[in-house]
Amino acid sequence: MNPPALVTRSLYKRFGGITATQDVTLTLPQGARHALIGPNGAGKTTLVNLITGMLPPSSGAIELDGHDITRLPAHRRAQRGLVRTFQINQLFGQFTPLQTIALVVAEREGMGARAVRALCRSTSLVDEAAVLLREFHLTDVMHSKVVHLPYGKQRLLEIAIAVAGQPRVLLLDEPGAGVPAGESAEILDTLAALPADVAVLLIEHDMDLVFRFAQRIAVLVNGALLVEGAAADIARDPRVKAVYLGEASHA
Amino acid sequence: MTPASAPDRDALAPFARSARAQPYEVAIWILAALAIVLFPGHAALWNEIAILTLFAVSLDLILGYGGIVSLGQAAFFGTGSYVAALFAKHAMNDPLAGLAVGAAAAALVGLATSILVLRGTDLTRLMVTLGIASILYELANRFDQITGGADGLHGFAMRPLFGRFAFDLDGKVAYYYSLSVLFVLFLVARAVVHSPFGYSLMAIRDNRMRATAIGIDSNRRLAAIYTLAAAMAGAAGALLAQTTGFTSLDSLDFHRSADVLLVLVIGGTGYLYGGLIGAVVFVVMKDVLSAATPQYWQFWLGLILVVIVLVGRERIVRPWHALADRLRRRP
Amino acid sequence: MLTILFDGVAYGMLLFLIASGLAVTMGLMNFVNLAHGAFAMAGGYLAAILSNRMGVPFLVTLPLAFLFAAALGAVLEPTLYRRLYRRSHLDQVLFSIGIVFMAVAAVDYLFGATQQFVQLPPLLQGRIEIAGVGIGAYRLFIVLVCGVIAVGLQWILAKTRFGSRLRAAVDDSRVASGLGINVNVMFLATFAFGSGLAGLGGALGAELLGLDPTFPLKFMFYFLIVVAVGGTTTITGPLVASLLLGVADVAGKYYAPKLGAFIIYSVMIAVLMARPQGLFARGGER
Repeated sequence: MNPPALVTRSLYKRFGGITATQDVTLTLPQGARHALIGPNGAGKTTLVNLITGMLPPSSGAIELDGHDITRLPAHRRAQRGLVRTFQINQLFGQFTPLQTIALVVAEREGMGARAVRALCRSTSLVDEAAVLLREFHLTDVMHSKVVHLPYGKQRLLEIAIAVAGQPRVLLLDEPGAGVPAGESAEILDTLAALPADVAVLLIEHDMDLVFRFAQRIAVLVNGALLVEGAAADIARDPRVKAVYLGEASHA
Repeated sequence: MTPASAPDRDALAPFARSARAQPYEVAIWILAALAIVLFPGHAALWNEIAILTLFAVSLDLILGYGGIVSLGQAAFFGTGSYVAALFAKHAMNDPLAGLAVGAAAAALVGLATSILVLRGTDLTRLMVTLGIASILYELANRFDQITGGADGLHGFAMRPLFGRFAFDLDGKVAYYYSLSVLFVLFLVARAVVHSPFGYSLMAIRDNRMRATAIGIDSNRRLAAIYTLAAAMAGAAGALLAQTTGFTSLDSLDFHRSADVLLVLVIGGTGYLYGGLIGAVVFVVMKDVLSAATPQYWQFWLGLILVVIVLVGRERIVRPWHALADRLRRRP
Repeated sequence: MLTILFDGVAYGMLLFLIASGLAVTMGLMNFVNLAHGAFAMAGGYLAAILSNRMGVPFLVTLPLAFLFAAALGAVLEPTLYRRLYRRSHLDQVLFSIGIVFMAVAAVDYLFGATQQFVQLPPLLQGRIEIAGVGIGAYRLFIVLVCGVIAVGLQWILAKTRFGSRLRAAVDDSRVASGLGINVNVMFLATFAFGSGLAGLGGALGAELLGLDPTFPLKFMFYFLIVVAVGGTTTITGPLVASLLLGVADVAGKYYAPKLGAFIIYSVMIAVLMARPQGLFARGGER
């Protein structure tokens, strides 16, 4: 029996007097299609930052494929296949999409530190990057600098970067953010096309996307897990409705 | 998933061929080689340009490509200069050996101080690099029994290069020596910036958080380029000492760090040739202005700097880049 | 030893006086002005010329130096500096280096490279016995004047409406301007005032610090240290930093002349390393 792809055990994060993350224990099995939902300010992105190593936890543990990675620096977690996307696009402004993906592939293959042979001359790398860009409908802009791309294309590139890394675990932080409801079909297509052995945790507000994608859903409120279960059960759970209804009445 | 068909080679060409030598590059180097033949009376000037170019390229590597703002690159230039001079004076006066030793010494200093510039804001790095250069300046000042203090070091001459080319009075050998070293190290820099390592540096520069998220060990990469840049700056300093037979505290002075920064402001960062273009303009300008108003050319230097910054660096430098971007953006 | 301590305090107070303007400028306008020392130099040279060549009494030159430097600042801020507030720190540094070069060269051209001296009145030339310790009257005067000014600045900042508006604008200038605070006028006034203080410091300290065309470059680093270590949000921060720096520098030069400057630079680097977020004591980098 394979170990789960990702496990967090009793993760806590305190900032001074505020407990942003409270006793969060999550399990992501291999090939998972899970979602994490919750009202604004629930601490979803903080949790992602803890898992990926951008923030050190106050206490608790994180395991990737059965190995404890709690003390591992962020870049090493990424090297082991723990990949995330960002809620706000985090791209390399002066790069073109082709250069971006080529670099991601090079890093993935462990060639990132090589300083002699030109990146653009590694034909297999460049070809792989070109294929990926075609899947993400970015071929027509592949030579344009990222700063000049429209938002929708940037968002696709954001996800393409994550996929290019051939992750074991993929944390998608609101991939639909800023994308109009009608255009999220492209996002959904790319999510559906993810390899089956990748464990995916989708953090989203767009409930349409969530229910079409996720098998299991966890609900985070005020930094703690309210409930976790199969998608259909969560949809019917009165507590979840109360949380969202409560939020709607404040709006 | 759609079946993967072979990518269109022509469509990929702009990137796939981006590392090839461009015609303008070939032209520049040919001109450089002929410069002293075309203008033989200005050998010292050409030598100065070559050395300053190397120095500027070293700064471009960390500033333009690595995103590390430094006001203290003179620390490495001066280290290379002094070590090469001392090596020639007390050990052996073979130029290439001295060059290697000078560059190595500067690289060591760079490696040792690299941890100080890995993190922090631009401002922090400015001050830290300034502080490091100031410390070295003070060291050289205090240990004047070794360094000659304010008087500097002289009384050493180089053996003929490869045992055959003696450093002659009209400066030809000196210039070709400097130019060759510049050319070789420039090729090294060029290879680095086109390599995956080079791209990873630019990624760190553009978005450090994202670079980490794709598995890049930012600290190690930045330390590596900082050390390489220090070695190159040290080589430039060594060249100066060897070709002029003299070095002094001036090689560690703040104005050297400021001058090389100005060279990159004039020429532009992030494409390596900015150092060369900037160096040519800077040295010629300095020569012309110094002739007119001897000690006060510093005033014009300051004025040019102020004007360039006010007008906007990108607008006067590399306007063709802005134009090219706009053309490519058309659907 | 006490004399050295006192000398250090006097030195530190002068640094504080000059650097306080820089601290406010950096905190308020987020502008790195390496040319701040040039304003001090301007005040110093004015005092030297007035007292030496025109026989103006030293004490009269002080407020004149303040006004002169403040006027310079009031002219340069709206014409040049204001355009660069939104630029990167590198641009600001390059710009201010350019200003320094111009100022240094201009002063060298106009007045030559030798050190300038100020005619101190006889009142300040002697020594005074306080509790058995001999203290230079000039240094005592410096400490008193700077102390009064420091207290005054603290009072302005903490107790007046201008002070609270200033603190609001430092915290967040966009919000402040939304509240009706005229941020442009505030910037102009503060920049001019800070420059004036620097000019006053330059005049007051000409004898102690040494006045020559390279002054702005020599002391550039010291001012930056004061701001880096002391922060930009309080008066007491830079004050304490200046005093420590002054005492350390004087003591270092006396006890360990070969090591003096290293200690300063090394401490500075150590502090910056401990706080790589550097010079803005508030959390959050703009």
